[in-house]
Amino acid sequence: MRNRSKARRAAPSPAATSPSKNDSVFLSAMRPGERGIVVDLAGGRGLLGRMTSLGFTPGAEVTVVQNYGRGPLIAQVRGARIALGRGEAGRIRVRRRSV
Amino acid sequence: MSSRLFTAVDEATGVGAATTERTVLVALAGQPNVGKSTLFNLLTGLNQHVGNWPGKTVERKEGTLTFNGTTYRLVDLPGTYSLTANSAEEIVAREFIIRDRPDVVVALVDAAILERSLYLVAELVSLPAPVVVGLNMIDVAQQEGIQVEPEVLAAALGVPVVPMIATKNVGVRELVETVDRVASGELPCAPNPPQIRADHREVLDEIERLIAGCAPPPYPREWIALKLLEGDREITKMMQACLPEEHWEAVHDVLRAHDDALVAVASGRYEWIGRMIRAAVTRPRPGQIGLTERLDRWATHPLWGLLILAGIMGLIFGLTYVVGWPLLNLLDTYVVGVLADLARAGLAGAPAWLSGLVVDGIIGGVGTVLTFLPILVIFFAVMGTLEDVGYMARAAYVMDGFMHLMGLHGKSFLPLFLGFGCNVPAVLGSRVIESRRARLLTILLAPLIPCTARMTIVAFLAPAFFGSAATLVSWGLILLALVVLALSGVVINKTIFRGQRAAFIMELPLYHLPNWRTIGLLVWQRSTEFLRKAGTVILPVSVVVWALSVLPGGSVESSYLAQVGRWLEPVGRLMGLDWRLIVALLTSFIAKENTIASLGVLFGSASLTTGGSTGLTTGGTGEGAGLAEVLAATFPASTGLAFLVVQMLFVPCVATVAVVKQETGSWWWTLFNLGFLLLVSLIAGIGVFWLAKLAGL
Repeated sequence: MRNRSKARRAAPSPAATSPSKNDSVFLSAMRPGERGIVVDLAGGRGLLGRMTSLGFTPGAEVTVVQNYGRGPLIAQVRGARIALGRGEAGRIRVRRRSV
Repeated sequence: MSSRLFTAVDEATGVGAATTERTVLVALAGQPNVGKSTLFNLLTGLNQHVGNWPGKTVERKEGTLTFNGTTYRLVDLPGTYSLTANSAEEIVAREFIIRDRPDVVVALVDAAILERSLYLVAELVSLPAPVVVGLNMIDVAQQEGIQVEPEVLAAALGVPVVPMIATKNVGVRELVETVDRVASGELPCAPNPPQIRADHREVLDEIERLIAGCAPPPYPREWIALKLLEGDREITKMMQACLPEEHWEAVHDVLRAHDDALVAVASGRYEWIGRMIRAAVTRPRPGQIGLTERLDRWATHPLWGLLILAGIMGLIFGLTYVVGWPLLNLLDTYVVGVLADLARAGLAGAPAWLSGLVVDGIIGGVGTVLTFLPILVIFFAVMGTLEDVGYMARAAYVMDGFMHLMGLHGKSFLPLFLGFGCNVPAVLGSRVIESRRARLLTILLAPLIPCTARMTIVAFLAPAFFGSAATLVSWGLILLALVVLALSGVVINKTIFRGQRAAFIMELPLYHLPNWRTIGLLVWQRSTEFLRKAGTVILPVSVVVWALSVLPGGSVESSYLAQVGRWLEPVGRLMGLDWRLIVALLTSFIAKENTIASLGVLFGSASLTTGGSTGLTTGGTGEGAGLAEVLAATFPASTGLAFLVVQMLFVPCVATVAVVKQETGSWWWTLFNLGFLLLVSLIAGIGVFWLAKLAGL
């Protein structure tokens, strides 16, 4: 997981994203200030339960507040600021929206 | 601050005495950081009882309030984001509502984060208890440019909504009145609960059909079906036991085909929330930068964030040294010392053993407990303040990467850091960590942090043994303890916890000014809890160790403790320790600084018996001058080093053990911790001794 999200972070190359999910990236690859809509989530029951109860569900709008490219990052979702580990952020797929 | 409500309550009590007595059971629910503790403290004041939920290490707070002749029993449910069985807190909260059937559930929500905080309400309205929504922090919401119309929200939800500002005691009286009117049936409460996302409606119906007639009361059938779809562990287990096997197989097949249903259920709730708030909320102007965002540019920055954290740590330590330790010494001299002198004078005619028991055993034990207080109060106040203003989450954020290397959580950092002052608040401070595994690991590792008392021993012995290299040795010992801590973390995490790491995902709450009432009550509750629980352990242990150190002959040299020391001498030899050094280690179980006092008795003046001084309990720095030199002359430096290493990593003091038991809620983990530390200290002691010998020390 960790490696995959690292690969995504560099630049979403066409090979790394399937054609059907054209414009979608992992949350961990988004730059500060970028906005998007959650497409889907991956993870075990525990993590999914935690993500959804903190506001991440498909259709939710997210804004990345802080992302230094390594370590955890901060995103705003449903009015709340949420800190996520890079691994966790690599399990949330987001469709970018132009600002 | 609280005058408005309490005048009202007082007036009401006068009236209430005449009318019939009625007790209303109210549960207070809400997500973390919505101001639940503030409201609970405001309503109940000191009229509250803190304990644990039966069989759980989750804190249970309960209090009473009298208003308009009605007595309200208020139960503060743990703050949780949802009610799915991900944690003990969530299970506790929902079991209480389903099984104890409160007359009213007050659901507190944060108006500034309304959409997210209504998620818990979406779960609560599906349970069989009337809900009143407390719309808290309307002032913060207004600052952020968010306008909420309570009447519109109430009409949409179908339950009463009371706008309020708990920190300013605004709307609290109205909330209690509303609760009263709902409890008496005067005010209707007819919520329209959320539906599952349309694409899963049929599946839900199918499960409901399959479990029809088998849902164990008092659980509602629709609710069980929903929890099964969410993959709730507890409910799945319960239904597997309740349903006939072929029925369960059918249910299980449906569930397996829809293992993505959890997200659909959650989405359904947020869709419902979207409908509820659509008309009631006016959105803020986009692009507005609030105070929290401005502060976080510094507090969560990879470099500035660390520097700010370092500054705060420095402040805590400054406070401990400038205020805590002098207070501790004052208490030790003027309260414990004077008490001991008085007792000794009063018991002058009594047999020596009685005087010894009272002075060294009982007063010594009480003194140990008492002298912890100043440091503990400071730590509780600092931790409480940092948590209350919202900084704790930021500290966790900047430290997370580092702490994860040891299988810990970012939130483990501050409690562990407090351990440098004293291990007791480190263990107690682990409560801020939500993840059970990370909390347990933090507790198990906390005793490896070299506390001030252990460093005192190092500072006392190192100069005599190592001369000018003493500072280097001291730093080396601290480094060794931290390396051992890190390695232990990695090993325990990899083996016992099988490398599963706690997911790092948490809210960074909005910053706000500290609420002194909340913090004050927290300090009061934590301190009294420590006195009560740790006191009952420390006192008897202190008496027993004292008895072992004087019985049967009256002197340490011929005591049972010395016999144990001699019996353990073969083990001690492996690291160059003789029985006297072993006895000194054993007595450090009561308090680490006892080591020096015991050494003083065993080496300083052989004729001095414990009956003659408060030997075991007071620091014993008076007899110190010659003692360190005597030790350095008696033993080679390799033994001195091994002794200090063992001292650093050895079984912690009894106060720490008492709180480890209290916080883990398990003797198994407590004993595991003791055994683990014993083993680690022995291995390190033996290793260092032989390495030092090889190096020619």
